[in-house]
Amino acid sequence: MIEVKNIKKAFGEKTVINDVSAVMKTGQCNLIIGASGSGKTVLMKCIVGLFEPDSGFILYNGKSFTGMKHEERTEIRKEIGMLFQGGALFDSLTVEQNVMFPLNMFTKNTQKQKLDRVNEVLERVNLSNTNKKFPAELSGGMKKRVGIARAIVLNPKYLFCDEPNSGLDPQTSLVIDKLIREITTEYNITTVVNTHDMNSVMEIGDYILYLHQGKKEWEGSNKEIIFTKNQLLNDFIFASDFLHDAKEMRMLEESGKIPRIRNTDNLKPL
Amino acid sequence: MKIIRDIGQYLLMIKGMFSRPENSKMYWKEFMKQCSDIGIGSLGIVSIISVFIGAVSTIQTAYQLVSPLIPLSTIAQIVRDTVILEFAPTLVCIVLAGVVGSKIASELGNMRVSEQIDALEIMGINSKAYLILPKIIAALVVVPMLVVLAMVLGIWGGRMAGNAANILSGYTFDKGLLENFIPYNVIFALIKSYFFAFIIASVSAYFGYFVKGGALEIGKASTKAVVISCILILFGDYVLSALLL
Repeated sequence: MIEVKNIKKAFGEKTVINDVSAVMKTGQCNLIIGASGSGKTVLMKCIVGLFEPDSGFILYNGKSFTGMKHEERTEIRKEIGMLFQGGALFDSLTVEQNVMFPLNMFTKNTQKQKLDRVNEVLERVNLSNTNKKFPAELSGGMKKRVGIARAIVLNPKYLFCDEPNSGLDPQTSLVIDKLIREITTEYNITTVVNTHDMNSVMEIGDYILYLHQGKKEWEGSNKEIIFTKNQLLNDFIFASDFLHDAKEMRMLEESGKIPRIRNTDNLKPL
Repeated sequence: MKIIRDIGQYLLMIKGMFSRPENSKMYWKEFMKQCSDIGIGSLGIVSIISVFIGAVSTIQTAYQLVSPLIPLSTIAQIVRDTVILEFAPTLVCIVLAGVVGSKIASELGNMRVSEQIDALEIMGINSKAYLILPKIIAALVVVPMLVVLAMVLGIWGGRMAGNAANILSGYTFDKGLLENFIPYNVIFALIKSYFFAFIIASVSAYFGYFVKGGALEIGKASTKAVVISCILILFGDYVLSALLL
């Protein structure tokens, strides 16, 4: 579980995160949503320690991350996996070497054990035959899946995903969402996803934190979000007519008046 | 103000490099890779420049020494000392600042912009120690080797040019090389090369590591790294010459 308590972060005169608190539970997908520039990425970078908050606390399973010494932080970071917006794969390494990198750095396993583990996680993200490819040879969706494979190779307790669906087509986005959901449940980890993709919100949003201009504007689940009375959140979610219609469809789905329209159960990775 | 902040950030970067390696084997691999990149990667340009600088030195020295009272072997002495004291350590390091420095700055800049450095930090790896330290140590090992090679090739180039232009024979040149040779000059050149190697690797790493923005900023950081390294090399050259000669 990750607890964020009264986090504030400013860059110069500009306050980017203003007194944000949240509780992100284990075994569920915790989403940080908001418009571009609302402070989602800064909040996530504060949580993982890439930015130092000006005030407030971040607790990992009750331990204060903000007050930790560098060595203690390093230990916590070994339990963190992160998928970056662009994948952040090492350009000069192959897919196999990228995924093996954390194993090489932190384990004393034999080469065969490491290779078996790499193949296992690559298979888990449906990328079995890409071991020898370089990141430049992969599509956007494949890069994200390699990023996920690298993030989970050391069996992390916390998984962070920064805009996992940005730049992806809707179908590939669904594949990524489904993968994040399955991994969260399978490994029983605390997953934090930073997104402004409303499909993801509806698919995997067990807990949703909505940021507006750096402040917490709303929190709840994907079941609650469509019924929200919060005007700012409504304006954000239903900015397009298509989604407005989708809201009505979703409400009809929820009430059981119509069958579920989209079925992602048999979705194949692209 | 900015220069003070830059110096402070640079010193903090140097301090931040020193931590216990997460896995010594991986650091060793990275060090060897950097040795290969800096050493093998610059071998061609260093060899070409050294040979031609030596050759031009011989011809120009002969052109200026017109007095029949000065023995021809003096040309070899002048070429030897110029190459050892100045051309090999300083000129080669200025060229390396361009070749190696821009590579280091753009490589780290690209890693910063594409969040690869953040990815290392998230994994619990000290990115300064893993990415910058091996580059600096590799430069400290390889650059003096390149400078020694440049000395040898520069003198050899001078000998060849002297022969080819019928300025002085190989025998006379060799005789001149052995006259009034001061071994300290080689030590002085090596001290300079260590100093310059540190400047090239650390300054370039600083500009690349702390780049902010996108592709345009990487280019700017790369150029800045080369310019600042060259200025510091020339300044260091003056200070070291004043102090040690």
